[in-house]
Amino acid sequence: MMDTFVMRHLPALLIAVPLFAAFLMPIVGNAGRVARNAWVLLGALATSAVGLALAWKVLATGTVLYVFGAAAAHLPLPMDSGGIPIRIVFQVDALSALMVVIASLSSLGITIYSLAAESRQSGLETFYAMLFLLVAGVLGMVSTGDLFNFFVFLEISSLAGAALVAYRVDNGVAVEAGLKYALLSTLGALAVLTAIGILVGQYDALNLATLASRLQFTTLDKIALVLLAVPLAMKCGAVPMHFWTPDAYTTAPSSVTAFLVVSSQASLYGLFRILFTLYGHLLQFSWATFGWFLIVVGVLSMFVGVTMAIPQKDVKRLMAYHAVSQTGYMLLGVGVGLAVLGNADALATYGRTAMAGGLFHIINHAMYKGLLFLTAGAVFYRAGTRNLNKLGGLGHDMPWTMVFFMIGALAIAGVPPFNGFASKLLIYESVFRFSPFLSIVAMIVSILTLASFVKVFHSMFLGPRRAEFAAVREVPAPMLAGMALLAVFVVAAGLAPRPFVDHLIQPAVDALVDRAGYIAAILGGS
Amino acid sequence: MKMTKIVRTTADLFFPFCLVFGLYVVVHGHLTPGGGFQGGAVMATGTALLLVARAYDDVTGRIRKGAMKACEAAGLLIFLCAGFSGLFAGRPFMANWLAPAGQWFRTFVAHGPNPGDLNTAGLLPLLNFGVGIEVLGGLTVILLYMLSGIKEEKK
Amino acid sequence: MSSRLLLAMPYFTVVVLIVLGLAVMLSKRNLVKILMGLSLMESAVNLFLVATGYRHDGVAPIYTNVPAGPMVLPTVQALTLTSIVIGVATSAMLLSFAMVIYKKYGTTDIQKIKKLKG
Repeated sequence: MMDTFVMRHLPALLIAVPLFAAFLMPIVGNAGRVARNAWVLLGALATSAVGLALAWKVLATGTVLYVFGAAAAHLPLPMDSGGIPIRIVFQVDALSALMVVIASLSSLGITIYSLAAESRQSGLETFYAMLFLLVAGVLGMVSTGDLFNFFVFLEISSLAGAALVAYRVDNGVAVEAGLKYALLSTLGALAVLTAIGILVGQYDALNLATLASRLQFTTLDKIALVLLAVPLAMKCGAVPMHFWTPDAYTTAPSSVTAFLVVSSQASLYGLFRILFTLYGHLLQFSWATFGWFLIVVGVLSMFVGVTMAIPQKDVKRLMAYHAVSQTGYMLLGVGVGLAVLGNADALATYGRTAMAGGLFHIINHAMYKGLLFLTAGAVFYRAGTRNLNKLGGLGHDMPWTMVFFMIGALAIAGVPPFNGFASKLLIYESVFRFSPFLSIVAMIVSILTLASFVKVFHSMFLGPRRAEFAAVREVPAPMLAGMALLAVFVVAAGLAPRPFVDHLIQPAVDALVDRAGYIAAILGGS
Repeated sequence: MKMTKIVRTTADLFFPFCLVFGLYVVVHGHLTPGGGFQGGAVMATGTALLLVARAYDDVTGRIRKGAMKACEAAGLLIFLCAGFSGLFAGRPFMANWLAPAGQWFRTFVAHGPNPGDLNTAGLLPLLNFGVGIEVLGGLTVILLYMLSGIKEEKK
Repeated sequence: MSSRLLLAMPYFTVVVLIVLGLAVMLSKRNLVKILMGLSLMESAVNLFLVATGYRHDGVAPIYTNVPAGPMVLPTVQALTLTSIVIGVATSAMLLSFAMVIYKKYGTTDIQKIKKLKG
């Protein structure tokens, strides 16, 4: 089982399968609706299966290397390379595995959902092709071990994301939001490319591990760090560079929004990878400074996000601001870990727990926020409006959507027994030992989140039946199935967080801290 | 928008040369500067030339969007399948397994002065070809979409 | 000294182009001009990548009819090509967005098309 043909080539298949599905889409699309939907479903299932199998392999046997185009896939330094990994290497460690799991589960759920939700639109071949490209881009970003390759996948996901945001072309606002998203992404990507140029010019290497072992922290390297960190922070939607999130998240089709959340988190992964792995030991005299940088950005995101969310009238816009706010929790948790990285005692007692909380929150957020966006899409699908003042009384006719919304809303507010509570508890506990004030801020933000979602719940689902929504029925089964997939994870990770933390999150934390291990996997030695 | 007969005839005359030169750049991609993307772009310039010289409907009659889209998909598929072929030769994805093994693409490119043998570099000419027709299709479709505005302004 | 200055010229050009591109993007209100500024910055970054790959007396790594001497490692050139290809895709998409916006609103002035609120 461990060494079959497929298992050996999992990292290549991880990218090739969604690309294959995307490229054949225009051809399959000619064969009719049923064939197209079957192809989409098949592609999504295969992608998720490959992703989950790869994650399982990584967690069972350790870091998986895959060298593209070499004589042997597992040797990053073959005879003909001259001691530098010149080829593109995929290096999937436990942290990447966590992100791959997120992308696999989420992409499967949203693809099933969009089979029904988008069925009324035209140009669906392009839509699904772009969706698969977005998935491939995100999977590539989190599993590559090559800085330039990371840039390429970042661009693929940005372009596909922008095209999907603007997908409803008949509506000018969507194109405007897509333009804004594409413009900012391109600017950010240009900054990343400049940083790559600076690093390559100095060290003649693109491989992350090789670069990490050679970095001298010259002035140019510091400039490169800023040029890498700022665009990635922007792409993950952290305050003060969050302004694109509400627009893009609101106008994109709901299923796409749910995956844009995952795409933002891939940028978050990039940020962590660069701070911990690429620049890790060079920052050792200023770990606290950089940790506090993440913490301050995180707390600002939490607070600004939630305060902007409360007065919103558009339900998706409100959720988008909550997404900004929840990103703050991840930055806070991992930032505390980074701040105490130099202090072995503090790292062991609460630093690792904080990072575990932050990383656990990434997967939890992808699931419950995805679920919430999907329910918002379901409401829009039937009721035709997203305005909270116009909605009401939908609970009578859409009971399942209401249940899913409740699960998502309670999870985002950190109410037990849902997964949001599990990760937030880890963050509260550990951050309290670092700084009680931050912990209290985090709790207040949670309470505000709860208040905001109670309001949304009340105005969308409760109240008497309304005449204008008389025709509203429950959404089609595929949409419910997509939501159910995410909801099951939300509930399962809330009822039994232990196995998730022990087998998925802790290895990811170890991988994030273990910089030497990441380098040794490529260059050998330790 | 229709230009004078001189311009139209010249454009018609140059169109095949654009294609041939683009194809040359694609085919020699592994030997000289250029390659799939550059050659494909040169070939797509031919369409741009026709679009500037002739009426829009005149051009779409000759260059069909559907065919170009098929070109694009076929190019991407050739590229992916070439990548996959490495797996079945017992090597990783995208491995150049053809280079030392096969009969046609037997050798590596010789060091120093050589006459420019095309049957070198294994899988690379195939990859260049895939990229070439993909870019030809993609850029032509983009051109046709973008310059469709010409048609509307005429009215 | 003058040869060192000559070697630094591409980097000066890069800085000038980036500043120009940013200035265009920030000061112009016409969408197409903003996209032109973005293209300018893209070219600047490409030039920067190529410039870092320059080695004095190096020969382009093309085997056909090559003179003797050291060859240049073509990594940055490959990066630049990839970046140009990505740039083409980005420009095409952004320009088609601009076209759709012009069709919907009848203007490309970004002050007039702001329907989204911050």
